[in-house]
Amino acid sequence: MTGTAIAKVESDRTRGTFATFYVADLFFGVDVLRVQEVLRSQPMTRAPRGPEVIEGLINLRGQIVTAIDMRRRLRLEPRAADAAPMNVVVRTEDGAVSLLVDAIGDVLDVESDAFERPPENLNAGARALIRGVYKLEDRLLLVLDTERTVDLACGRAAQQPEQICP
Amino acid sequence: MQEDQEIVQEFLVESHENLSRLDQDMVELESRPEDAALLASVFRTMHTIKGACGFLGFTVLEKIAHRAEGLLALLRDGRLRLNPPLVSLILEAVDATRSVLAQIEATGQEGSERFDQLIDRLEAAAQENRSRPVEPNPAAAPPEQAALRADPAKPEDETAKSSASADANIRVGVGLLDKLMDLVGELVLARNQILQFSTGREDAALNATSQRLNLITTELQENVMKTRMQPIGVVWNKLPRLVRDLSLSLGKQVHLEMEGAETELDRTIIEAIKDPLVHLVRNACDHGVEAPEARQRAGKPAQGVLSLRAYHEGGQVNIEIADDGAGIDVARVRQKAVERGLLSAELAQKISDREAFNLIFSPGFTTAATVSNVSGRGVGMDVVRTHIERIGGIVDLSSRPGEGTTVKLKIPLTLAIIPGLLVTSGGEQFVIPQVSLLELIRLDSGSSEKRIEYVHGTPVYRCRGALLPIAYLNDVLGLQPSRSGDAVSIVVLQAEDRQFGLVVDGISDTQEIVVKPLGKQLKGLTVYAGATILGDGRVALILDVPGIGQCSGVLAESQEQVRGAAEHTKQAKVDHQRLLLFRAGSFERIAVPLSLVARLEEIPAASIERAGGKLVVQYRQRILPLAPLASLLEGGNADAAIGDPAQVIVFSDGERSLGVLVDQVLDIFEEAVQVRQCAARKGFLGSAVVGRRIADFLDLAYVLAACGAEWSQQHKAGGPAATVLVAEPSAFTRGLIRNRLEMAGYIVLDAANLEEAVRQLERRGIDLVASAERLPPGGCSGLRALLRDRPEWKNIPVIALRGTEADLDGQIAEALHQSVPASDHSTPPAPQPAAATVA
Repeated sequence: MTGTAIAKVESDRTRGTFATFYVADLFFGVDVLRVQEVLRSQPMTRAPRGPEVIEGLINLRGQIVTAIDMRRRLRLEPRAADAAPMNVVVRTEDGAVSLLVDAIGDVLDVESDAFERPPENLNAGARALIRGVYKLEDRLLLVLDTERTVDLACGRAAQQPEQICP
Repeated sequence: MQEDQEIVQEFLVESHENLSRLDQDMVELESRPEDAALLASVFRTMHTIKGACGFLGFTVLEKIAHRAEGLLALLRDGRLRLNPPLVSLILEAVDATRSVLAQIEATGQEGSERFDQLIDRLEAAAQENRSRPVEPNPAAAPPEQAALRADPAKPEDETAKSSASADANIRVGVGLLDKLMDLVGELVLARNQILQFSTGREDAALNATSQRLNLITTELQENVMKTRMQPIGVVWNKLPRLVRDLSLSLGKQVHLEMEGAETELDRTIIEAIKDPLVHLVRNACDHGVEAPEARQRAGKPAQGVLSLRAYHEGGQVNIEIADDGAGIDVARVRQKAVERGLLSAELAQKISDREAFNLIFSPGFTTAATVSNVSGRGVGMDVVRTHIERIGGIVDLSSRPGEGTTVKLKIPLTLAIIPGLLVTSGGEQFVIPQVSLLELIRLDSGSSEKRIEYVHGTPVYRCRGALLPIAYLNDVLGLQPSRSGDAVSIVVLQAEDRQFGLVVDGISDTQEIVVKPLGKQLKGLTVYAGATILGDGRVALILDVPGIGQCSGVLAESQEQVRGAAEHTKQAKVDHQRLLLFRAGSFERIAVPLSLVARLEEIPAASIERAGGKLVVQYRQRILPLAPLASLLEGGNADAAIGDPAQVIVFSDGERSLGVLVDQVLDIFEEAVQVRQCAARKGFLGSAVVGRRIADFLDLAYVLAACGAEWSQQHKAGGPAATVLVAEPSAFTRGLIRNRLEMAGYIVLDAANLEEAVRQLERRGIDLVASAERLPPGGCSGLRALLRDRPEWKNIPVIALRGTEADLDGQIAEALHQSVPASDHSTPPAPQPAAATVA
């Protein structure tokens, strides 16, 4: 088990094709093989009492998919009211989950030697969810850890207590 | 090879069927030993198994079957008379066969067990008889022969029937049926969408087609559902054997009657009621039916009757388990309930008999004076109820002293597609499962304000003379409140054994819905049972009625805990520990691990003094700082809440001590803690069920910090503290360990899994790792192996945690002490900022 865990981390580091997207001024990449599809803004059913980062549920061809707002997940300021988010549907261990992002970027091939650990001074909310950084010529590509992103227990700070029954 | 596999698989399926028939036949045979046809059938079944075993080369199995068959042959030929020990012996052979089959199923091999002893006994039983043959009884033999001869048509009939049915039936994998059911579910949703779409158009052709689609889909749905239906007899089959074995071991005589075994239920439901049913039958045998002497004394036949009845009623299946035993003594139930603290003595007298009977379903409840190995431990009836309610069923119990007890289960036919009521609230649509729905009430605008009344600020509605507690869905879910003055719609719901009214903004429609599970991010919410897709393609959440009831507080407390405990037993980690329970301010039940507590003291209020704005008391020639817990947690005046004498819990690590002022020390519990919820407010680690009621776990680190934090500062002065990484999957346990270690002066980092642990290790210098044995993935040993592989980490000592060890800090101190001379840490313990706060 241990061996595979390490191997997984290693392979993620060296693989180089990423689907990219923007959340506020951050530029993210997700391993292209993990991305199921990218959709325009979808009709959303809210889940009252649910965790704040969950925007709601969407109907993806008969499949019910949870949508996580990446701005809230990364504890960034909210999106402008008139800006419609895009859905990046990623495959996770527990099925498909949609990540709501600001805009979609290109699919990029990157060199493995451009990889580095996330910088220490990165936004604390974002840090826990980022595997590392690729130094591209004009900007930094942050590699998003999708499993941790959809695991809401990860990187949750004390100021965001889960709602509970009174 | 593939073909062989298939043949073996076929053989396994067939043998299992044969064996369950054998079980039944043998029990029946015991009551009718003269039934030649039955005996012949038993013999044939065993023979079939033996034949197949020989063919497939399963020698052990063949040997068992062969000996059992030999014995049966003697019985059939009338050379041996059937008696209970013989039946037991043959049943034992059936069990042995079953265990070998299980082995084959799992490994493809027969396994190493030879069952020599059993085979010898089978042989001996046959031998014993042979050496002392029953003299050919001319009177007995001919009728038997005659019976066989007179009946030649019967076996042939049977074979003819079975071969005919073999032609008309095919075996289909359950997986395929489940897939079909899923697809039909999708089709139903698509149909709903088309219907909604077509009603808005003036297109005759489209309307006609969609109507046809509607009819066909409904029919398809019904038929596919039928494919998954199984007679309840599938579960009942094993009960005769169970009752026989039980009554033998209990020294009772119980006759089992079954009626309606052909009643069909969806297989998922059959699965779900299997265990509850067995439990109820065990209970009836153990507690219900009395010993033969007692029965005769009461003027009843020595043999008790346990009857099972299943029948359809109003789209549901009713199952009744009735015994003609002593019944339940209501007075005793009341008394036990008071003893167990389930309700007060006055209330116990007030409640109706029916309500009193329902107390039996409370966790930990038993009226049994003695605990037998069959039942009486008090775990059971609550589990039965939880299981039945989980599938949307209802359990009801009635009993008459001296006449017996009847348990009635009402179970829905299927789970996959359910009728639901569509309601709107705060602009969102929700579905309420129809099973929970009792009635709809609409109050016209104007009058509504008058009709909903308030008792102590709690809204209630007078529904035909009874007060119905009211919850507002908008409030429960935190949605926009509806405009007041409008008409009010109340949905009257049934949850557990109570009713409550849920006020919604609007009621739209009923619809057949397909229940789809929620993603794990929303799984923890008790207010939703799932989600579905509506006719317009939108997603709607399905409300969990008991969950809504709990969250709004309309269901009484005891119910809440039953549910909470049951729901969380599964996924929650279980910790055995001793807990001290106490009360402070508005917090009725606060818990701390007893291992952290040094002493409990009562001190006169007059002896409490103030020093530097803090409360202190002179205690054992020292000054003990006091933390007034109620005001710490709630704010407010510290002096107001102190009673006389003041109750103080003293926490100590040998040199330093802190007294926590509480209102009352309640109890000490030693039990498995089921973690319910992480903390929502400062000062608590989280909540858990302790002694069947919710308790909040105090965060000692917070209390220490709040009353000046001298403790941790003092310790810091003693030099850089060692950094300990706690790798433990449960956040709750982590919190407890962290608490303890921080009190002992360590700097604590934590990790929920291996990956996080590695991250922490990479980030900081860590002196010691305490890892849970079940740390995912790979456990503690996985972590150890990983540390060994990295030269800079290989000297870090690792302690394996099984739970929350009481002497953990001692272990850690020792491990650190040992590791220091040997290791040369390349990364010295980094100085850390003030103790990490645990919030």
